[in-house]
Amino acid sequence: MDDDQGIGRRRWQLAALLSAPLLWLGVAYLGALAVLFLSAFWTVNGFTGEVVREFSLQNFRTIVTEEVYRNVTLRSLGVAVAVTLICVALALPMAYYMAKVASPRARHWLVIAILTPLWASYLVKAYAWRVLLANDGPLDSVVGTPGYGLIAVIIVLTYLWLPYMILPIYAGLERLPDSLLEASADLGGRAGQTFRGVVLPILVPSIFAGSIFTFSLSLGDYITVQIVGGKTQMIGNLVYANVGAANNLPFAAAIATIPVIIMVVYLTAVRRSGALEEL
Amino acid sequence: MRHRALTAVLAAGVLALAGCGGDDGGGDSGSGPGGMSVPKIDKLAAVGAGEGTVNVIAWAGYVEDGSTDPKVDWVSDFEKETGCQVNTKVAGTSDEMVALMKTGEYDVVSASGDASLRLIYGGDVAPVNTDLIANYQDVFEGLKNKQWNSVDGAAYGVPHGRGANLLMYRTDTVKPAPTSWSAVFDPNSPYKGKITAYDSPIYIADAALYLMKTKPDLDIKNPYALDDTQFKAATDLLTEQNELIGEYWSDYTKEVQAFKSGDSVLGTTWQVIANLAAADKAPVEAILPTEGATGWSDTWMISSKAKHPNCGYLWMNHIISPKANAGVAEWFGEAPSNKLSCAQTADKEHCQTFHAEDEAYFDQVWYWTTPLAQCVDGRTDVTCKDYAAWTQAWTTIKG
Repeated sequence: MDDDQGIGRRRWQLAALLSAPLLWLGVAYLGALAVLFLSAFWTVNGFTGEVVREFSLQNFRTIVTEEVYRNVTLRSLGVAVAVTLICVALALPMAYYMAKVASPRARHWLVIAILTPLWASYLVKAYAWRVLLANDGPLDSVVGTPGYGLIAVIIVLTYLWLPYMILPIYAGLERLPDSLLEASADLGGRAGQTFRGVVLPILVPSIFAGSIFTFSLSLGDYITVQIVGGKTQMIGNLVYANVGAANNLPFAAAIATIPVIIMVVYLTAVRRSGALEEL
Repeated sequence: MRHRALTAVLAAGVLALAGCGGDDGGGDSGSGPGGMSVPKIDKLAAVGAGEGTVNVIAWAGYVEDGSTDPKVDWVSDFEKETGCQVNTKVAGTSDEMVALMKTGEYDVVSASGDASLRLIYGGDVAPVNTDLIANYQDVFEGLKNKQWNSVDGAAYGVPHGRGANLLMYRTDTVKPAPTSWSAVFDPNSPYKGKITAYDSPIYIADAALYLMKTKPDLDIKNPYALDDTQFKAATDLLTEQNELIGEYWSDYTKEVQAFKSGDSVLGTTWQVIANLAAADKAPVEAILPTEGATGWSDTWMISSKAKHPNCGYLWMNHIISPKANAGVAEWFGEAPSNKLSCAQTADKEHCQTFHAEDEAYFDQVWYWTTPLAQCVDGRTDVTCKDYAAWTQAWTTIKG
């Protein structure tokens, strides 16, 4: 009897404890996604901009048939992939040095150094890059500037999201016992071999974990593109233009489902690698 | 004269629509496009004490409180006199203004002709009781009760001023100085990659205006009334122009910076941007090309959901008062709407320079207007591309 009551009470407590976050998750995240998806089937009155709440596939038909949306999607995907790959290439040696080579004291400062840029406003950093990349700007006088455009977008996004790649890789490397590296060396493995055969396989989930950040943040970005992208358009810009300029929320919602679909596909692929446990 | 004729045609068109307009469900046949009727909203009967705040949506340079330049300030005195604290939100495009007004967070807006009717028919703005605005009587008659600021004789705002979109270039790189819009459309332009254009669907009208003057066989009568063939010609021209563009601008600070650094050397602008760039020591010049230009005639409107209607009215009266109106006109570089403003400008030639009373000049300027399926040039045998089509096309042009 007492036991039953105890269990009942504990269940009740658990439910009370979880209800708030679950409600938050359900309403603010999943609910919003559901509304987003639903409104993608509405249209707007072209003149007054009032939303017409009637089911229509017109928005999706436009996205599928108009070539421009395919191009922009592919471009955004390309940018997200490029940023992720460059981040991996930069983050691997950096994280390796931090976790395995640097002294514990230096390691401490390196982690701080990587985290500090995250404290500065995103906008300040993006505008700083606009000045850096300008014609006759600081970069131009040293090595030359690519000018505003796709390359500038990739550079700035890589700069912005690099910490999100370094940290999970660093965390993964910290958990890698030195003894494994020593064992590999004892068995005659050279540095490259050890890296390929021992370090990399263990790091794959960490890299995927980092890539979720760099990939999804790049895929949805529109501010950096506006500031340094010249005339480049990405998915985020189309959503922004349809919300802000065209006041066509349903169409913006329809476009916004593109990155959602891409991310679902991507996350499903990542899940198989076990990277989700690394987050 | 053409401009007046156009207005007459428009008025006739609106009347015809009112006659044959469809049923809107309420029994009244509307005067708007497709028989749309204006939502019935009461105008304010009397102005009471200010509410302490007024939230304003404006074009850059319309609301200056001395923070850009200490000498440029027509807001502080208003705040002291009325106790209405002015909060400004600068919008870069008309579309942004319409979207912001729909939030109901703002009291007044400086709407151009491509926003005003959308706001009126959307029920976002209330008719204005001009009897409560003392300075209204001094507004040029040529600006009152126009197709873009009134419906069925009811005023929906107070005229603010008007001007033209100009062509700006860097005098040190662009030689010889351009005189025609062809400078921004020439596929062999030596300034390829350094040309800029306004980032809004309404920019399609700039291409249409250029075609109107250079391709007479397209028979474009009004850059805002484009049938399928004309529209395709305009968008094709812009798609071709996209190759030349370095970046599109709608944020004026971005354009100032780009011209200063030389990332842009040639493209559309407003006088105020040319002034700011020149103040920043950028060697720029802005001209009205030979083809004429698109432009704007702005109207201060009050939200139908205004939380501070009294301060809103006080603001509308203040901003068209001779001194403030002259201040804006000089700072932004446009023609004032108040005839007494011309005596208040620091540069006594200002009203001449900006053709404040010169209707013949403004015949060359095509004010921003919302494109509708019912051609705004009065044609009834074809359907024109509406603004939704313009918006979609703009995305495609940018690629």
